[in-house]
Amino acid sequence: MRSDAVEKDRGGLPALSPRVKRMLVSIVLAALCAIWVYPLIWMLFASLRPNAMIFADEGLIPSQPTLENYARAWTEANMGSYFFNTLFVTVGSVILVTIATAMMGYVLGRSSFPGRAALFGLLVFTLFVPQGYTIIPIFELLSSLGLGQSLLGVMLATTAGSFVIFVLLFAGYFSQMPDELEEAARMDGVGFVKTFWFVMLPLSKPIIVTVIVMQTLYAWNDFLLPLVITLANPSIRTLSVGVYAFKGENFIDWGGMMAASAITIIPVVILFLLLQRYFIDGLAGAVKG
Amino acid sequence: MAQTFTAHAVFLDRVWTHWKEYLFLVPGMLIFGTFIIYPMLASQYYSLLQWTGFDSNQVFIGFDNYVALLGDSFFWDAFLRSFVFTAITVPAQLLISLIIAIVLNDRLLRLSALFRTLIFLPVVTPVAVIGIVMAIMLSPFNGPVNIALLDAGFVTRALDFLGDPNLVLPTLAAIYVWKWTGVTMVYWLAALQTVPRELFEAARLDGVRGWQVAVFIILPMIMPFAIVITLISAISALNVFPLIQAMTQGGPFFASEVMEVFIFRTAFAPGGGAVPQLGYASAAGVFFGVAIMVLTILQIVATRHLRSVERSRAV
Repeated sequence: MRSDAVEKDRGGLPALSPRVKRMLVSIVLAALCAIWVYPLIWMLFASLRPNAMIFADEGLIPSQPTLENYARAWTEANMGSYFFNTLFVTVGSVILVTIATAMMGYVLGRSSFPGRAALFGLLVFTLFVPQGYTIIPIFELLSSLGLGQSLLGVMLATTAGSFVIFVLLFAGYFSQMPDELEEAARMDGVGFVKTFWFVMLPLSKPIIVTVIVMQTLYAWNDFLLPLVITLANPSIRTLSVGVYAFKGENFIDWGGMMAASAITIIPVVILFLLLQRYFIDGLAGAVKG
Repeated sequence: MAQTFTAHAVFLDRVWTHWKEYLFLVPGMLIFGTFIIYPMLASQYYSLLQWTGFDSNQVFIGFDNYVALLGDSFFWDAFLRSFVFTAITVPAQLLISLIIAIVLNDRLLRLSALFRTLIFLPVVTPVAVIGIVMAIMLSPFNGPVNIALLDAGFVTRALDFLGDPNLVLPTLAAIYVWKWTGVTMVYWLAALQTVPRELFEAARLDGVRGWQVAVFIILPMIMPFAIVITLISAISALNVFPLIQAMTQGGPFFASEVMEVFIFRTAFAPGGGAVPQLGYASAAGVFFGVAIMVLTILQIVATRHLRSVERSRAV
């Protein structure tokens, strides 16, 4: 009787074995993913086509693959120098923001100094400030510091992007560490700074990886700030502004545009492939706190 | 007098014993103060100015900008669009990514790492690139999407997704969801990792199957994360400027002009020979920022209230 009821519950379908079910799920997922990444795959193949063949009706795989689009994008469209500009902004802001937020998060998570609650409140309060709110003063401030048209200015201002979230991640993680660690270090006569650097920081690896990945994604993708700062100085454009400008300036060079786009994506894709395991584990560890 | 003096001394003493902690705050405070706190305060001051370009004079005009904003239909349309956009994209993004994450969380599913990477790819694709590729995909002249729709018989003539004022906002919302679902999926996956395996086993033995596992076992366990993930997604959706600037610049006929595009246009790229209005744009930014903060606080209060109601019920 009971099994009859179960059968009915499933709409009369014969029960599938878990293996068959997984295979069906995989097939559905594969189809979904194929549609999902189709635009990017198309772009990749288009970047290997000669310009006259971009919209030719010959299927997805190019019949006469060539790398000339890449050569043109890298030199003539300056994607080469934009690439290094972006690398500078990304690496610089990742280093600065990781150190600054780890230190701040450590103190906020482990110590009860006067003013801690107020600082916490202020941080959370600013969590929801949209970028459009701060862009004008930031540009004005950088200009008055002489950084209004410089890569250093872009790099410094990019550190603020997800600053508050990172501090809260570190603070949450450090606060759930056992007190014994610090006490043991103090017993052994290890000072505050050394305890942080040699004991606590190595233990916070999941958060460090999370912050590095998230800040890299942010800096590599950031658009409004670099767009505003490089309006008057095209030579310091970042990749995403460069691709955007490419579209405006050489709108018939589709091959070059696709190659420029591919150049922009490939480094972050590789980074994510290498770090994705740590990234997900790190996030899981971070939100647990 | 003497008492307050000792109180001060005790306070200063406490501050002094923590001097190393304060030193540790310095790098962070430099970034926080310079690029987050200062701009917030400065924006509020700028919003009281008539200021037409970075090189021109600033004239203090009080609240005139705000008064002008209240009567500016372009502002209100953009303001409304920002919230509509968030209301469409956030639930869609949360739901789609949660379903994908639950399916991919199955350890025995081979290729799950590959699928995860593929779904994540649009996240690492800069919006400028998406702007170009999607313009080709959605082109009314033989774009792949239109060809597919025509072949399947869903439409009788090609749709101009990005050129039709009625279609442009839903289209951008769909592209936005496509771009950011991957990151929300990773958040969900991280949350799902905290659900103990034994729970699935126990549920299975109790005869709980399929979607019931999701609703009765998984959801209650990841509820605390759900609140954080929803907040992060909502904040991100309000910062949609890059995607829209790269794809339509707010067009056609302002049909996709959200708040930040309005601010950017007013402050940096007025077009048509008009002067940039930095004070006016700041006022719009402040108004928008305060509105978001109020909504966030309301949301937090509401969740707290719900939680305390639940708790009192449990007791």
